[in-house]
Amino acid sequence: MSNLFIPNPKEAESIHILREVAAQFERPVLLFSGGKDSITLVRLAQKAFFPAKIPFPLLHVDTGHNFPETIEFRDQLVEELGLELIVRKVQDSIDQGKVREERGRYASRNSLQTTTLLDAIEEFKFDACIGGARRDEEKARAKERVFSVRDDFGQWDEKNQRPELFDMLNGKIHVGQNVRVFPISNWTELDVWEYIRTEDIKIPSIYFAHKREVFFRDGLIWTANEHVFREDHEAVEERMVRFRTVGDMTCTAAVLSEATSLDDVVSEIRQSTISERGARIDDKRSEAAMETRKKVGYF
Amino acid sequence: MDIQGRKLIKIATAGSVDDGKSTLIGRLLYDTNSLTTDKIEAIERSSRQRGYDYLDFSLATDGLVAEREQGITIDVAHIYFSTNKTNFIIADTPGHVEYTRNMVTGASTSQVAIILIDARKGVIEQTYRHFFISNLLRISHVVVAVNKMDLVEYEEDVFLKIKADFDQLVAKSDFNEDQITFIPVSALKGENVTRPSEHMSWYVGNTLLDHLEVLEPEDLQQSNLARFPVQYVIRPKTEAYHDFRGFSGKLYGGKFQVGDAVTVLPSGNESRIKGIHFFDQELEEVAPGSSVVITLEDEVDCSRGDMIVKKGEEPRSEKILSATICQVNSKPLRVGQKYILQHGVNRVLAKVDHIEAKVHADFSGEEESEQLKLNDIGRVHFRLSKSIHMDSYQSNKSNGAFILIDEGTFDTVSVGFIEN
Repeated sequence: MSNLFIPNPKEAESIHILREVAAQFERPVLLFSGGKDSITLVRLAQKAFFPAKIPFPLLHVDTGHNFPETIEFRDQLVEELGLELIVRKVQDSIDQGKVREERGRYASRNSLQTTTLLDAIEEFKFDACIGGARRDEEKARAKERVFSVRDDFGQWDEKNQRPELFDMLNGKIHVGQNVRVFPISNWTELDVWEYIRTEDIKIPSIYFAHKREVFFRDGLIWTANEHVFREDHEAVEERMVRFRTVGDMTCTAAVLSEATSLDDVVSEIRQSTISERGARIDDKRSEAAMETRKKVGYF
Repeated sequence: MDIQGRKLIKIATAGSVDDGKSTLIGRLLYDTNSLTTDKIEAIERSSRQRGYDYLDFSLATDGLVAEREQGITIDVAHIYFSTNKTNFIIADTPGHVEYTRNMVTGASTSQVAIILIDARKGVIEQTYRHFFISNLLRISHVVVAVNKMDLVEYEEDVFLKIKADFDQLVAKSDFNEDQITFIPVSALKGENVTRPSEHMSWYVGNTLLDHLEVLEPEDLQQSNLARFPVQYVIRPKTEAYHDFRGFSGKLYGGKFQVGDAVTVLPSGNESRIKGIHFFDQELEEVAPGSSVVITLEDEVDCSRGDMIVKKGEEPRSEKILSATICQVNSKPLRVGQKYILQHGVNRVLAKVDHIEAKVHADFSGEEESEQLKLNDIGRVHFRLSKSIHMDSYQSNKSNGAFILIDEGTFDTVSVGFIEN
């Protein structure tokens, strides 16, 4: 007979990282997109500081092209857990003339988020931004550190990263620098889904199969919506779909799916042959797309 | 156990340029169906563009633009794959000039090291270094993968010669023979990686993947004394938890149980464990690696950087320190220099008192040196601004390692392994 608690090593590692953030930085913030990875981060942060509240706010960079289900979910979660939420809008950056709206077939506000994010970091003097990126998502991310130092311009210098030894995290930075923190670096997509299932974590409804007006382009399924550019010949049809990631409507493709429960989703992911970012239109632009965007401060 | 109820094994890979390391990892991913259709298509496309008549699996792991241009890996990349029984994390470290820094980094979080040897070249100087680092970091298990067996007609004699040469290195190290396993493979052809080789019927051992799967993480962990460095004090100040004062941290080494008599360092105050909290659960006893919150029976002074240990198991607390240092930054370490020393989550100031010797990373001895440059390894003595509560790296990995942070740039410049 034993009441010995055996930890889940990836969960324990993430909690350790979140506590280091709270201890080493003055003004941390958790970047919240409403997607499953940032929702998982919120649960891990609850666990890291319980019975105290999460000691940092959430920041949502709102492109204005989010799925309404995501925004609804975000507001509920914040209300339920008594969290502090800061929202900064890409539309404001556009109105201020800081960025220009893309036009045409592949127009997206995804890359415009960077400016809004960097402005918010400066406005609130955030010194650590916690994000839900994982190393298994994309090969440029495979080299990302857990504590990733960014300069005054938000830039990532991938050749000059601090080595991370054992689980010792060096968050010493100069004024003007900030650190991007990735507590679930070592998790895979399946790890996240299994965790959501085990922990019974609520997620937005668009992760489950539902009927939606869509159209097909370049072998991907796009949401038919006023925000998404569509040519006249691209016919709209209603299909059962779900989303594997939740980003901006203009850059997040759906997959055909009948998975209406977490069990269904997990078994679908297990058998899946398209990787998660395969359904992200923004990465398709070139083989080095992600690395180029990261260098200029994209998350 | 991992999230999915599988065991988790962490591996570092080391090889020289052109040993086929990326190909081996790509092969492991491909054969375990860990590469998705779109990734395989990308590999096919790139392989075609370069005019290869085979699939270049190394493209599955080489991440950065600069690397793709040069065709070499330049930093530590993390790769994930799983079988029905086991989740694996590979820290893939490059084989060229900056290998020491990168391999030390990758190996610091790994339980197993795979050292690749090109069957045509045999044991070379780089092999000495890879094994030296595995030994320095006290990796629990080393797999020597003799690759490119297809290019030596799958000859057993070639394999046996390499094994005999390597065994001479093992004799110079702290490893026992049962911590080392030799496997002849061809990553390109997939021989003995995940499927037994028909060409090497003389080899009766496991394939590489089978071998990795039978390793037990418990056996790869050191059983140690309990060390609980306090990360952050939890004070909710809410109605329900008005007087709650908990110490959060990660437990290394042994177990903690409610009621255990403990000592808080550096104050030396004694108390007992009142509760062990994990989110909304109250736990009775916790295993090493648990990130939990501990409350104590008595109101004792305890804050970040302090350490809770079991009474009678106290580590030594000293203001001087001898350690083996590996320099991981281009700024050299010199006598008289001051650094921020981070030991776990605790930071003190450290001054280099004396460089005893620079150690040759190939088991060939040591020499006097005024400084340690990038990728150098040496034995160094420090004086500290405050005592730290340390174990030797040999007796307790987590409490026996530290990093040095440059006071000006704040870069991590060295990693240290505390000596007895």
